[in-house]
Amino acid sequence: MAARTLIQIPPLSRKGDVIEVRTMIAHPMETGYRPGADGKVLPRNLIRRFSCTYDDGASRELVFQAELFPAMAANPYLTFPLLVTGPGTLVLTWEGDNGFAQTETLLLRVA
Amino acid sequence: MTSAMPSGASPDAGPVPGLSRRTLLAAGVGAGALLVQTRSVQAAALPPELEAAIAAFTGGAPVREGRVTLDVAQLVDNGNAVPVTVSVDSPMTAADHVVALALFNERNPQRDVFTARLGPRSGRARVSSRIRLATTQKLVAVARMRDGSCWSRTVDVIVTLAACIEGET
Repeated sequence: MAARTLIQIPPLSRKGDVIEVRTMIAHPMETGYRPGADGKVLPRNLIRRFSCTYDDGASRELVFQAELFPAMAANPYLTFPLLVTGPGTLVLTWEGDNGFAQTETLLLRVA
Repeated sequence: MTSAMPSGASPDAGPVPGLSRRTLLAAGVGAGALLVQTRSVQAAALPPELEAAIAAFTGGAPVREGRVTLDVAQLVDNGNAVPVTVSVDSPMTAADHVVALALFNERNPQRDVFTARLGPRSGRARVSSRIRLATTQKLVAVARMRDGSCWSRTVDVIVTLAACIEGET
């Protein structure tokens, strides 16, 4: 089942702009330190990696990558900068425990 | 209520004679100013476990204080989701840019919070997130540059409601 994601970029940017990509994904980020209702420690369930590649049609380039640890809040929110070099597609990937993997793509519109 | 007062104090004399609301307020403001002044502490007294986590990130390179900005509320009501922003003073050109950026904490169960890889395609070195804080502690942001130098910023944060690690001290 796909987790809900929220991704925001400016609707239209210009070449040479530095935009901020804001991302959030619904995920409990269970730390593995927290006791549940029955007093037993809940098993760890984390998103461990996030990456963003920029595909401008000719080539794909990794533009941002992050490694996440238990100290990230639930529903991990991350914003990162991006230099706009031309229109293209952003591919955002989250990977984590229990085989969690999710990919979202969005179009970067350039005036 | 009079029974709760110390014997001899008259009920309408106020709680402590000589300590007016006005002096108490003034003292509070003074203490706040002191807190602001001592906020950005030097990285001198970091616990060894935290030093080890930072060294693993920097590869043993010496870490200098500066160039990095760590924006986080000084007083956090809820440690479960604390907004933080790490930014680095860097031109972010192909020759001179931030290669990686990491945030560490002093007293959560694990020292790492996140590490991020940036490059000239980032255009600017600025990453925001929301993190968990188990208790009042120090946060350290470290940036590794293209030329191999490492810069850091240490900030003290007071947490009133801790993120969920009941049972740990």
